[in-house]
Amino acid sequence: MTLELVVDGLTVLFLLTGCFFFLAGTVGLLRFPDVYCRLHALTKADSLGLGFVVAGVALQLRSWHEVLLLGILWFLVLSAAATICYLVASEALAQGVDPVGSGASQGQSGTEEAP
Amino acid sequence: MTGFLMAMALFISLLIGLALLRVWAGPTIYDRLLGVGIVGTNAVLLLAIIGFIYGRPDGFLDLAITYAILNFVGVVAVAKFLDVRRASRGEDHQTATGAGEDG
Repeated sequence: MTLELVVDGLTVLFLLTGCFFFLAGTVGLLRFPDVYCRLHALTKADSLGLGFVVAGVALQLRSWHEVLLLGILWFLVLSAAATICYLVASEALAQGVDPVGSGASQGQSGTEEAP
Repeated sequence: MTGFLMAMALFISLLIGLALLRVWAGPTIYDRLLGVGIVGTNAVLLLAIIGFIYGRPDGFLDLAITYAILNFVGVVAVAKFLDVRRASRGEDHQTATGAGEDG
């Protein structure tokens, strides 16, 4: 009885923390000035947010098979986030998107602001 | 517990809408790509939570893994397509705004 209460409380705590990271990632995606900063916010949400939510949901499961599935899911999204981050950043740099503060983008930093 | 999970699912749906705002507004095509990526991650999360609400986490987790793979392959395919297109056009493409407007 008490153990169930503790597990439920931990689940709620983990889920709320994960939701907070997803909210932070989305706000960063909307408010950060250029694509590299947005990559930073996005990968935080992907790795930490999904990690916390997966941990919270895994506490409620009853079979190890489902926990293993959740672990595979988390690992997949983690490696995908790292690969996507590298690919998008290198492509944007090669395409000529200047990072904010590099000097070349002084005139464009105003137009890249979120609406 | 189910009510709390439903509230979380609603919250994540709201976050999907916010991320779509970036997809709509993003000045370069890479911003749109990032928005699509976070929508994909949120969809995976939503599937896991919905499976838990319905009491069938097994099947819904399989779906979530499929969505994770699809999201990964999709974003990598678009990024490599942009790479190939840039290579076929030559290296004289230097403006940041041009990347979004012709995409």
